[in-house]
Amino acid sequence: MTLQQDIKADTWTVAGRTFTSRLIVGTGKYKSFEENAAAVEASGAEIVTVAVRRVNIADPNQPMLTDFIDPKKVTYLPNTAGCFTAEEAIRTLRLAREAGGWNLVKLEVLGEAKTLYPDMRETLRATEQLVKEGFEPMVYCVDDPIAAKQLEEAGAVAIMPLGAPIGSGLGIQNRVTIRLIVEGAKVPVLVDAGVGTASDAAVAMELGCDGVLMNTAIAEAKESVLMARAMKSAVEAGRLSYLAGRMGKRRYADPSSPLAGLI
Amino acid sequence: MAETVQEMIRVRVNGGPKLVPPGLTIVQLLTEIGIDPKKVAVEQNLEIVPRSTLDSVGVNDGDSFEIVHFVGGG
Repeated sequence: MTLQQDIKADTWTVAGRTFTSRLIVGTGKYKSFEENAAAVEASGAEIVTVAVRRVNIADPNQPMLTDFIDPKKVTYLPNTAGCFTAEEAIRTLRLAREAGGWNLVKLEVLGEAKTLYPDMRETLRATEQLVKEGFEPMVYCVDDPIAAKQLEEAGAVAIMPLGAPIGSGLGIQNRVTIRLIVEGAKVPVLVDAGVGTASDAAVAMELGCDGVLMNTAIAEAKESVLMARAMKSAVEAGRLSYLAGRMGKRRYADPSSPLAGLI
Repeated sequence: MAETVQEMIRVRVNGGPKLVPPGLTIVQLLTEIGIDPKKVAVEQNLEIVPRSTLDSVGVNDGDSFEIVHFVGGG
């Protein structure tokens, strides 16, 4: 195979759906729907996360996300952001399934507002129930290989450990645990949350993750559309770097030019 | 609807009270509010109303509805 074919064939599959882009982007925090749509376009993302919220009864004709980002062209991944119990999350996703008509969802059950760290006991409980009800949950979780294993056993279709707290932009805090999760999982692993800049996304991909999910890093960049494009490149570069297999590290220098034939 | 004075019924929609004429289906309720039924999901008294039955399930006095849609989120 040529390099071009190699790159083209590098798809990933979650719950039977195959995607080329390994970048999933959120649709929160944008200044306008137009900017949001342009950023999604620039990112090349084929999946976007969305939240489920009450329709504003007082003004039901406000513009809607679906008017700007076409759910027929981009896969909507409904999330449970803001849910702090398994019951709230399940209720939200039942509504999401009815609104969207699909089973692929993102589960997150938060433990506290300050850190937005996931409550893994509730997350595991919700995963089990959702799987029973026919959902295909991609699950946001702590960067803990044991928790990841338990979620996979419960039927999570993807494991999505945090790189750092949601919206913090601190980058991948624990490369060791992310790598251990990747090595142990039979389902796709995506870093979800914590990416701040393009190099963070590349790090996630170099660790062997199947993809990266981010929102704030793009939405709060000074030029969000430009950052979306940067993230696309970073995810691709990190993935290719992982596939290529990096050189070993040395403690000291090793010259690149031959020592023989020196004048 | 005929021009007779009708007894209105009391329901809750997205947490707020609303008076509506009796005998509506959920699709008619949505239309009355100004919502496109194709773009939302509806919960009636904590139970999901399947999309396929929105035009047959009736609105009853005291019902509580949640009407949701997709918004931007991470």
